[in-house]
Amino acid sequence: MMRRSKNFWLLLAFTASVSIFLILPVVLSVLAGLTKDYFVGLSSGLTLDWVIKVWTEYQRSILLSVGIALACLVCSLLLGVPAAYVLFKRNSGWSRAAEELMMMPVALPGIATALALIATYGAVGEFRTHWTFILVGHVLFTLPFMVRSVLAVMHSIELNVLEEGARSLGASFTQRFFSVTLPNCAPGILAGSLMVLTLSMGEFNMTLLLHTPFTQTLPVGLADAYASLRIEVASAYTVIFFLIIVPLLIAMQAAKRLTRTS
Amino acid sequence: MLRKDNKLHLLLIAPVAISFLAFFLIPLARLFLIGGSGENGWLAYLSAFTEPRYIESMLTTLLLSTLVTAVTLAISGVAGVFLARNQFKGHAALTAMLTLPLAFPGVVIGFMIIMLGGRQGLVPTVTDWISGERIVFAYSLVGLFIGYVYFSIPRTILTVMAAAEKLDPRLEEAARSLGAKPLQVVAHVVVPALYPAFLAAGAICFATAMGAFGTAFTLATKINVLPMVIYTEFTMQANIAMAAALSFVLGLITWLALALARSLTGAGVAAAA
Amino acid sequence: MSTALTQKTAAAGAQITLTRCAKSFRTHKALQPLDLQINAGETLALLGPSGCGKTTTLRIIAGLETPDDGGTVMYDGVDVTNVPIERRNVGMVFQSYALFPNMNVLENVKYGLRVRDYSASNANSRASEMLAMMRIEDLAQRRINELSGGQRQRVALARALAPQPRVLLLDEPLAALDARLRDVLRVEIDRLLRSLGITAIYVTHDQSEAMALGDRIAVMNNGVIAQIGTPEEIYFHPADAFVGDFVGTMNSIEHNGKRFTFRPEDIDLVDPTSATFTGTVTQRLFLGDHVQLAVSIDGASSDAPVTIRVRARNSPSLNDKIGLKLQPLTRLARDTH
Repeated sequence: MMRRSKNFWLLLAFTASVSIFLILPVVLSVLAGLTKDYFVGLSSGLTLDWVIKVWTEYQRSILLSVGIALACLVCSLLLGVPAAYVLFKRNSGWSRAAEELMMMPVALPGIATALALIATYGAVGEFRTHWTFILVGHVLFTLPFMVRSVLAVMHSIELNVLEEGARSLGASFTQRFFSVTLPNCAPGILAGSLMVLTLSMGEFNMTLLLHTPFTQTLPVGLADAYASLRIEVASAYTVIFFLIIVPLLIAMQAAKRLTRTS
Repeated sequence: MLRKDNKLHLLLIAPVAISFLAFFLIPLARLFLIGGSGENGWLAYLSAFTEPRYIESMLTTLLLSTLVTAVTLAISGVAGVFLARNQFKGHAALTAMLTLPLAFPGVVIGFMIIMLGGRQGLVPTVTDWISGERIVFAYSLVGLFIGYVYFSIPRTILTVMAAAEKLDPRLEEAARSLGAKPLQVVAHVVVPALYPAFLAAGAICFATAMGAFGTAFTLATKINVLPMVIYTEFTMQANIAMAAALSFVLGLITWLALALARSLTGAGVAAAA
Repeated sequence: MSTALTQKTAAAGAQITLTRCAKSFRTHKALQPLDLQINAGETLALLGPSGCGKTTTLRIIAGLETPDDGGTVMYDGVDVTNVPIERRNVGMVFQSYALFPNMNVLENVKYGLRVRDYSASNANSRASEMLAMMRIEDLAQRRINELSGGQRQRVALARALAPQPRVLLLDEPLAALDARLRDVLRVEIDRLLRSLGITAIYVTHDQSEAMALGDRIAVMNNGVIAQIGTPEEIYFHPADAFVGDFVGTMNSIEHNGKRFTFRPEDIDLVDPTSATFTGTVTQRLFLGDHVQLAVSIDGASSDAPVTIRVRARNSPSLNDKIGLKLQPLTRLARDTH
């Protein structure tokens, strides 16, 4: 073991305090969600009552968010993977401009996109109050992440060469798409999918304007709980959100390692 | 490129092109027209720079975002390079803790700040215990500032770490072999090599702080940042034209920040929510 | 190696004819209009520096690029210009091998058979035949990322040959390997090409590879074929200074108003009294089997020294005055100005 310099310990202390700054409120909110009375403190005892209360009251929002996230994943796969493939194959100024354009919903504040959608489709029959209205916004926002992720893998595995290899062996487009392109892009598709799920589950900027009382999503419900309910309920709701989002995050990091080693 | 490929590519890109046109470009164009249809006409687009209450909001937002970017880069730069350069027991745990909030949306970040500095938060409780005074900072610009820093640290640290890991240690060895002192190595080799990553991370940080909304919404509707103003114009005043015009101005600023970073670094920079 | 296999594949060797094939990428003209005929069963080496158009030529033959309007590619007299590679029945070995990382070695070798709807048992027996031919039976179940460079090379060859292609295209197949392995595989590829009798086109920037493997060599430069011929013709009778220099070292000096052009091994050390030239050794590199000398020639019109190669034993030292005599019959370049 080599001897550590004074600087090392100083920097370690600094980094550790930053991580405490980040993790402390998470721990506090988990505790608050599981304590009988946060004002009194832990001595009031632990309970699952708050979590159960939130689940019964906000079940619809939570399930709606899961549903939208999954639908959003399907859409971004169906739209994003072919789009990434074409952008990759046509490596020209046009395709770079198209890529840039596709990134715009991410660069643009969500509130602007939401306003634009409401201004254009707000009066179209049932659409405004249907959950697919939110879905449209989520797909716009998450699609670039899917495309980026898949594009990055296509570049790193040199898909061009692999495809030429398959073509030289006589494989048609469909044959090589399913036997070579898709399997070898899988790590990027996986990483992109996890990213899409995570972003859609947490999307608020757009959804706050897009939602209606019939289509309240999890984060909108969270904001509602934060504003109007006691801190234990708000915390319990946050705990439920953590339970959904943290596994996604862990899977995402694992997928990243997978891409790096393969 | 064979002609058959053209047809195939067109077929593959058509769904996304049509959806994008229908659900983004056309609505955006419409929003642009609406922005110019208010009582002030096209001047609405300038009001962010002419009307006192918008100017104030614009300056607040710009100042806040700049400050957030600077502080985040300083903190994440130090911690990120440290983590990339040193291996020790607990390294993985520390990295995990630093990246955990990566997937938290703005609303949740707002709540984290409430847990720290809200009325029932940790800091007021502690200061009350020490000095008898409850220091509540969550529902103000300070709270928002801390919230944005909290939000930006994880992804900035990841970017810095990735760049620092790619940094070839032989470059530093070469600089040392040529007689450079440790600080000179940092100034001449490490910083120039990490500069693009810093720029990219900084741009994302700035753009998100400009456009983010959830945190401000959770902390207080009174905080006068631009996205909140847009929201209020739309919901309280029902002034959709003004909201549209301000959205465009805001969007232009964030987009410019990202485009600038991209052109300076040459690398792909995508903002994150 | 099975003789049945050899005959079967040899019968499939195609004659390839390129007529007026040019290729432009946007404003850049990668290939000037080019005519080229490759005989059935012949190995043609396309040799040249990077950017000379050799890879573009190969990709046009393969069907990965279409020539600009007016150019045609024919296989055995049949126009295949607009037939994409997947329907040309070619075998191709890529510089980076292009092995599929999602499949093991056997699956890679079977791929071309699978997409041609071979039955499982036929595909398996043909694939094992290929693995045996390349002596990599033991690697059948390995993943691609577990293979060394040389092993990948063998898998790539086995995979390309498995569907019995009419022509084998090799794009710098040895460039990614280290020098020793390159020598071993060069011998092996030579043996393989000769025994299969397949039409092969071999792209390389390495003149010794081209010399060793090519029945004929086409030396390319700036998008045109500078010279095409047997290795001996190319080496001993280069068409111009570029070819002469590219396939080896070429000395060119002017002495007493006459120009002399010769290769380093074409000149002997002699007593200064009976020498064609005299000169001073300005540099001496000991290379084991021989010594390479830079000699500044007395009375030459330029100061540039000539490079000569002599036997290592009893060779001159630095600054020695030496005499040199051109060997008879070294009529080399037609005109090397």
